[in-house]
Amino acid sequence: MQLLKSSIGRKILMAITGQAMVLFAVIHLLGNSSIFGWLPGGINAYAHHLHSLPAPVIIGFRLGLLVFVCVHVWFGIQLTIENRGGRPQQYAVKTLQKATFASENMIWTGGLLVAFILYHLLHFTFQVVSPETAALSHPDSLGNPNVLGMVVAAFQNMFVTLIYAGAMVVLFLHLSHGIQSFFQTLGWSNDRVQPFITKAGTLVALGLFLGYAAVPLTILLRILK
Amino acid sequence: MILDGKCPTGPIEKTWDKHRFDLKLVNPANKRKYNVIVVGTGLAGGAAAASLGELGYNVQAFCYQDSPRRAHSIAAQGGINAAKNYPNDGDSIYRLFYDTIKGGDFRAREADVWRLAQVSNNIIDQCVAQGVPFARDYAGYLDNRSFGGAQVSRTFFARGQTGQQLLLGAYSALSRQIKLGTVKMYERREMLDLVVVDGVAKGITCRNLVSGQLESYAADAVCLCTGGFVNVFYLSTNAMGCSVTANWKAHRKGAYFANPCYTQIHPTCIPQAGDYQSKLTLMSESLRNDGRVWVPKKKEDCGKHPNEIPEDARDYYLERKYPSFGNLAPRDIASRAAKEQCDDGRGVGPGGRGVYLDFADSIKRLGEDTIRERYGNLFEMYEKITDENGYKRPMRMYPAPHYAMGGLWVDYNLMSNIPGLFVLGEANFSVHGANRLGASALMQGLADGYFVIPYTIGGYLATVKPGQAKADHPEFKKCEDDVKSYNDKLLSINGKKTVFEFMRELGGLMWENCGMARTKESLEINLKKIPALREEFWKNVKVSGSGAELNQQLENAGRTADFLEFGELLCRDALHRNESCGGHFRVEYQDEGEAQRDDVNYCYVGAWEFKGDNKVPELHKEPLTFENVHLAVRSYK
Amino acid sequence: MSDHKTMTLTLIVWRQKNASDPGKFETYTAKNITEHHSFLEMLDCVNEDLIHTGKDPIVFDHDCREGICGMCSQVINGAPHGGQDRTTVCQLHMRKFKDGDTIYIEPWRARAFPIIRDLIVDRSALDKIIQAGGYTSCHTGGVADGNAILIPKPVADEAMDAAECVGCGACVAGCPNGAAMLFTGAKISQLALLPQGQAEASARVRNMSDAMTECGFGNCTNHYECMAACPKGINVKFIARMNREFLKAQFA
Repeated sequence: MQLLKSSIGRKILMAITGQAMVLFAVIHLLGNSSIFGWLPGGINAYAHHLHSLPAPVIIGFRLGLLVFVCVHVWFGIQLTIENRGGRPQQYAVKTLQKATFASENMIWTGGLLVAFILYHLLHFTFQVVSPETAALSHPDSLGNPNVLGMVVAAFQNMFVTLIYAGAMVVLFLHLSHGIQSFFQTLGWSNDRVQPFITKAGTLVALGLFLGYAAVPLTILLRILK
Repeated sequence: MILDGKCPTGPIEKTWDKHRFDLKLVNPANKRKYNVIVVGTGLAGGAAAASLGELGYNVQAFCYQDSPRRAHSIAAQGGINAAKNYPNDGDSIYRLFYDTIKGGDFRAREADVWRLAQVSNNIIDQCVAQGVPFARDYAGYLDNRSFGGAQVSRTFFARGQTGQQLLLGAYSALSRQIKLGTVKMYERREMLDLVVVDGVAKGITCRNLVSGQLESYAADAVCLCTGGFVNVFYLSTNAMGCSVTANWKAHRKGAYFANPCYTQIHPTCIPQAGDYQSKLTLMSESLRNDGRVWVPKKKEDCGKHPNEIPEDARDYYLERKYPSFGNLAPRDIASRAAKEQCDDGRGVGPGGRGVYLDFADSIKRLGEDTIRERYGNLFEMYEKITDENGYKRPMRMYPAPHYAMGGLWVDYNLMSNIPGLFVLGEANFSVHGANRLGASALMQGLADGYFVIPYTIGGYLATVKPGQAKADHPEFKKCEDDVKSYNDKLLSINGKKTVFEFMRELGGLMWENCGMARTKESLEINLKKIPALREEFWKNVKVSGSGAELNQQLENAGRTADFLEFGELLCRDALHRNESCGGHFRVEYQDEGEAQRDDVNYCYVGAWEFKGDNKVPELHKEPLTFENVHLAVRSYK
Repeated sequence: MSDHKTMTLTLIVWRQKNASDPGKFETYTAKNITEHHSFLEMLDCVNEDLIHTGKDPIVFDHDCREGICGMCSQVINGAPHGGQDRTTVCQLHMRKFKDGDTIYIEPWRARAFPIIRDLIVDRSALDKIIQAGGYTSCHTGGVADGNAILIPKPVADEAMDAAECVGCGACVAGCPNGAAMLFTGAKISQLALLPQGQAEASARVRNMSDAMTECGFGNCTNHYECMAACPKGINVKFIARMNREFLKAQFA
């Protein structure tokens, strides 16, 4: 099948899976923001809602995400290896006119994100990193998982906060190139909208960065307790 | 000997149709048994190779560049003529025919020109079908402009890159045939000999420019589509690799060279800046649609900034001398007029070799944006090369060698006097007479390639048995050996002067003594100096490296050696033609500065036969008769 | 027109005897260069000196020297064609350099463009891409009148924007991945925009995109270095259009 084999086809799959994950990141961020109290019962209630979804939905969603990540990572690595071979010998003088730090380092930012996601899953989803504050085994007064307690406990640690904030910088870099790339790769771009898409993509990436970084930073600074 | 062009007779408008019917056909099943060699992949060669491949012939195509898309047809800017009469302004096949005959100063064959005008319309349709993005209007119809002194708008164009787009169209058709396997493409090959077996063209010898290997290719017919020879002037608008070599090798094997003295000097080129310069850049003639040409009236103003020279101190000499055509006077006339002004000491820029092309009036009338839309890429190009802004100060222009109307002699079927050797496009002499009109070169190249050779080559091939000569025939071996010893000789001289130094010297002689204006004396000087230079070349040229590798010095040395022989023939032809016509201007033959033709004594095609090294070539004549356009003085006043 | 001011430059040039030679940089001095020399004329001068002193001249591809044939191909200080906006090497003039400058000159570097000698590379892969479908399969003769197909000016203009490609390969040379997306995208877009090309649009984009991979070109990562390198200013919107055509073809 040409979509899986050809250069453009695989790029399109990269773009679609990448953009799906961006959507997930947006929803995830909206969920996170419940920590600031707009949902009665806060983030703990939100966690409870999620966990009370039917099991097939949760499993299906997680499997779907897993497939997206795998496709994205698999083709990302494959394409990068091919691309490294595209110019076997580098120029003596390196002059880049349009490429950016972000666009050049997608494989590294991507790799760091995979590492971070694994850590993050172990930390907050499977809760095996610090079992003493695990939300599922320590329900709050309403019987919801005490996500707030777990999160606050984690981010009061400067080191953990730095990992999370650093990862969000990496996410910003990855998406500042990735989002506009999606539109280009799917062909939803031209010379008139391209500058706008690039700016909008960077803005969304920036928004995600600020949103995600807000939780650990406000906790670290003791604004959120 | 009196040459016969084998033109069909009868009413001119029926000639091509009648001839097509009279031509023999090759059975479709037999076509693949015939091998055809096409040398050169410009408009003529690319179109011919693609069309012949499509018909079913086995085609082998050759070019010296790394891809067939790079031939110098690509550099034509202005446009391509066709008698479509889309603008309803009075054009017709007859008018295009008439204009071409008259523009060529009555030195072309009527039947050939008629055919060109007739098929011109098919060319546009063909190119549109290929996806050539011709300029269109908002309703979607093809756009036309007037060009090169025509009084009707019959020129189709694709921005300032018409040649490029047409060539890419031919290249795409060729690519399709390569993929289908009907054409085998050989890039980076230079033809260094024509193989003639028993008086019939049967193949070529090539040098693989990468490996240096000599290679032989056999075929049932050979088409030379190898362009023009004005690099004999060293500085010209041609590409660096353009040469007379393929044509000259064919000439040495017996093909007649017709009218070599008809060379076109294009009036609007960027003047030379220094003696290190390697080529001259043409600026499309379309600029003259909106630009006004002038020089200062007084010599002492020449050094001033042009914007400081007041209106009444300017001499708009084309408007003054040719009130009805003004700045749009044909190329030969505009070029000579520029030279006259500069010879009078009123030229501008380095060495006083330049005239102004001024857009100030048009910018005032139409606005800078309109001018930018029309000619933006040309203004940009001018600024890149000269560092001057053409919107703010007039551009400087000077004529430069641009096109060769002369070429190998061919009959109506485009076959030379060597059976089996066909010559197409600029490489032949056929339709432009003594002067080519703007936007007609592209028309001729494509006409020959798409719509003439596919018919006429069949007429020839139907009379020969396929595959008679194979590359193992002793004549192929002999040609290879000859080329090898020739190259070895060039490599063994190890003298003091580089190839470029010789080429620059030859070009200087040609431009000085056989350029825009020629006299008996100047030509006789060249007939002495060129052989001497040639002798020096063979004693003192320095070509290093070996023949068995990529060696650009050797390539250039071979081309220069051929120019050193050809230059003499060009001067000889110019000397024998005691008249002025079109691109050939003999100072002795003029009437108040206007060319004076001599129809009584020179209304013929002069075709030269090679008689041996350092021997005087023999002149053969093909008389020209004009039954449809009456011989008249060509006046643009 | 001040020709008396001349420059002396240091050139560090890639020299490689043939495809199998590993190649190395050599240093040369270019003397008496004026601001009006084109870059290639500057190299001509250096070569004349080299020939006189019995050394091998630098070999480079060039032909029309007016920026249209696409033959010239040099990476100058890391930028294909020298990095001047919409300019080929042959149109680059020495006024862009200063007396005493050091200039690195290298060939196009990409897996799909093996080096033949010095600065000359083999770009036949680009021809192969066109042979895979960069045409309309019309026959010579027997086509409709040019005005039978209406193409409004904006469409014709955009097709022309794409068609301006000179096939020099700077996009590949500039792309860190050695991809030929801009080259291929421009041809596919030109023909996809025009009604004449639409009949074969699906097959064309499928075949040409396969040809890119078969020829060893890399993949697009949307750096847009190709657009910066392109001497004709071809826009990456044509890559987007090719992607769109590709996606469309998957459902056709």
